[in-house]
Amino acid sequence: MPLKILLRAARYVAAAALLAAAAAVPAQTTEFALANGMRVIVREDHRAPTVVSMVWYRAGSMDEVNGSTGVAHVLEHMMFKGTKSVGPGEFSRMIAAAGGRDNAFTSRDHTGYFQQLEKSQLPLALRLEADRMANLVLTEEEFAREIKVVMEERRWRTEDRAQSLVHEQLMATAYTAHPYRHPVIGWMDDLRNMRFEDAKRWYDSWYAPNNAVLVVVGDVDPQAVRELAERYFGPIPPRALPERKPQVEPAQRGTKRVTVKAPAELPVTLLAWHVPVLRDPERDWEPYALEMLAAVLNGNPAARLNRTLVRERRIAIGVGASYDSTKRGPGLFLLSGTPAEGHTAAELEAALRGEIERVAREGVTEEELRRVKAQVVAGQVFQRDSIMAQAMEIGGLEMAGLSWRTIDRQLERLREVTAAQVQEVARRYFGDDGLTVATLDPQPLDRRKPAALPPGVRHGS
Amino acid sequence: MARRVARVRLVAAAWLLAAAMPALAILPIQSWQAKSGARVVFVQTRNLPMLDVSVEFPAGSAFNAREKAGLAAFTQRLLQLGAGGLSDDDIARRIADVGAQLGGGLDNDRAGISFRTLTSAAELEQTLDVAARVLQRPDFPPPVIERERARLLGAIRESLTRPETLLGRAFSAAIYGDHPYGVPSSGELDTVAKLTREELVDFHRRQYVADRAVVSLIGDITRDQAEAIAERLTGTLPRAGTPLAVPPVTPPAAARQQAIEHPATQAHVVMGLPVLSRDDPDFFPLVVGNHILGGGGFASRINEEVRQKRGLAYSAYSSLAAYRRPGPFAIGLQTQKEQAGEALAVVRETLARFLAEGPTDKELADAKQNLVGGFPLRIDSNRKILDFLAVIGFYGLPLTYLEDYVVRVQQVSTADIRDAFARRVDPARMATVIVGADPASVR
Repeated sequence: MPLKILLRAARYVAAAALLAAAAAVPAQTTEFALANGMRVIVREDHRAPTVVSMVWYRAGSMDEVNGSTGVAHVLEHMMFKGTKSVGPGEFSRMIAAAGGRDNAFTSRDHTGYFQQLEKSQLPLALRLEADRMANLVLTEEEFAREIKVVMEERRWRTEDRAQSLVHEQLMATAYTAHPYRHPVIGWMDDLRNMRFEDAKRWYDSWYAPNNAVLVVVGDVDPQAVRELAERYFGPIPPRALPERKPQVEPAQRGTKRVTVKAPAELPVTLLAWHVPVLRDPERDWEPYALEMLAAVLNGNPAARLNRTLVRERRIAIGVGASYDSTKRGPGLFLLSGTPAEGHTAAELEAALRGEIERVAREGVTEEELRRVKAQVVAGQVFQRDSIMAQAMEIGGLEMAGLSWRTIDRQLERLREVTAAQVQEVARRYFGDDGLTVATLDPQPLDRRKPAALPPGVRHGS
Repeated sequence: MARRVARVRLVAAAWLLAAAMPALAILPIQSWQAKSGARVVFVQTRNLPMLDVSVEFPAGSAFNAREKAGLAAFTQRLLQLGAGGLSDDDIARRIADVGAQLGGGLDNDRAGISFRTLTSAAELEQTLDVAARVLQRPDFPPPVIERERARLLGAIRESLTRPETLLGRAFSAAIYGDHPYGVPSSGELDTVAKLTREELVDFHRRQYVADRAVVSLIGDITRDQAEAIAERLTGTLPRAGTPLAVPPVTPPAAARQQAIEHPATQAHVVMGLPVLSRDDPDFFPLVVGNHILGGGGFASRINEEVRQKRGLAYSAYSSLAAYRRPGPFAIGLQTQKEQAGEALAVVRETLARFLAEGPTDKELADAKQNLVGGFPLRIDSNRKILDFLAVIGFYGLPLTYLEDYVVRVQQVSTADIRDAFARRVDPARMATVIVGADPASVR
């Protein structure tokens, strides 16, 4: 900890609202803005005497520049290192001593901080969170220690995991210009050369109330939350934010392939196509159809990829499909799989593509669509069992520039998707020219030889 | 700063007694024995139209013979892949068609299934129909066995390339020796290769018996419905008539250290021994002490010493798992391999100091405030409560376990913790395993 959740988007981000007909108690959600531009969204959920408080900053790794990759996440770590009035590490200790849990997460799109508490402790969370929005103390000494922790995190999360390396290379290959090509945790060499001034600059640039959204979900009164938010966050002055360049990804002109050799037993194949994401919940239709396509392929245990490739043809021991319609940057539709013994990555790639081609050619059945929609309807009821999940959904949408107010409408739009629309997106976006393929070529474990360091690199820092 | 902290603590202390207790009183647990012999544990909640259920048996990996390693897990895995005349596809479709979720789990002691469904009549009925077949009439179709065996063997081979797996397997073997808790739950390549359908059928018949089943339910149903559901899920299972014993654990007699080479950039380190059983007389001093030592995240000593003060690791912790027989106490971390010796020394020193001095009064007060004050967080969703119900039912804990937990945590003293750790956490009997370090760098 701060245990970064490298946000892999929930499949049904859009399917998360409550269905008024199904849920016994409709959720009350209130939104208001402070004079300094900070927005506050409060969802009442009175099932238990608890609350989750989250501050989301619209600054993630996509806002980094070359040479400083990973700084968004490094700053997330540094946010626990103290302010003018709270000592290093004290933030978490005070939350813990109040019976709470706290953590944070950084993604390509945003950075978020949260506390889960008994409801009477909400003022503590807001006071501490406001304090570190304005008064963070960054010292060279704390930075020097923490950057070592982050490098250990990268070793643990990426360097020593073949599957992570191949995913990292997929992203770095699928995107040429857009900063989604960089890993959230940053390239190792950028971490080695990061300075405390880089973190300070990041904090000064992006940690302003007018770049933040406070989301509170739980057994709270919105008026009381408003008073607390005004008391603690209200005095923090707004700041001009850096210009955000669009960095539009140029059209891909042919299949890209990358191979990763790393110690492992089984190959892995990842396929990615550039697809649209949701910008206008009312007018767009393709993102909803792509969500449905991903669900028909892999949204439940009866879905196509598992049925045909794992159970019937047995050419894979595992398969996946994912698409996230809710993000600030450009979209990707991913298919993945591990070939079964006696089958190659190339065979599996052909089979995965064959499943998309089959949808493009023959469409999907009404039965499949009905099944996926049943998951959507049930999923929104189930999601209300967790206040954390509700807060994550609201914040994630807001960071992507989509209001929580569109949740119900998005759900309706999802349920209106037709088989013809699913077929149409399968035809439109899955050609050779926009495809990137990353393959893990497993290497035998040579136990005697440690992994070689790149030339000229010293270990540690 | 000191003033600020003091004020927070006062507020928290006042609230502990006022707010935590009423929160618990709103969780009335009902329990009874079904006609089938199964124990039922039930909480009715009316605010969401959904139901969570788990059905568990003493069918965990402790009930594998060593030469049949993986049998318990493979049996559990196959339950929902063909049952009562429904194929794996039929089962998947019927569950998905009503938006339900069907899963399951296995640990040292327990194995079974769990499901989540809407409580509208048609959805509930279809989910229950499938769950009843899966539990009571698994078919173990031969072609599915072969397919799943191939997938499992592939997954085991892959996992054996990963330092975490090598570490976990070596550690379990080191601290449990021949005890079944030391056998890897997924099995070994050679044992999984030889499992037969007859063994799966037989394991299900012997272990998935009605009078050892625990049915846990939470959701928007009545007591009458809960009674009928428990009966329906277990009514046609055989009865065993006798309770089942897990052999006692003999902790290692001496300390030992094992180094396994690996090309990863980090060394993975774990040290520990078997400590905590479910009915342990030292349960609360050990749990609270572990929280202070390394279980409480940033607020704990190991994290402070290894990560916050020295930047040696991203993750550094101690953990304590409770089973029927003593589960592992373990201290773990990962660090770049050249630092493994240094990190291990820091951990040993931190543990030695904790054992010698025990926690401070302030550490204990903070831990209590976290465990007691945070109690509402542990029961603020149906899913979290279901897990508690399953443990209460399986280990025969009192229905007042949750209320008792708060009281018992508050009763723990620094002397209790020092005493319990001194008797139970003996470094002279601990096993240490290091994967990926240069053996010369760790002594």
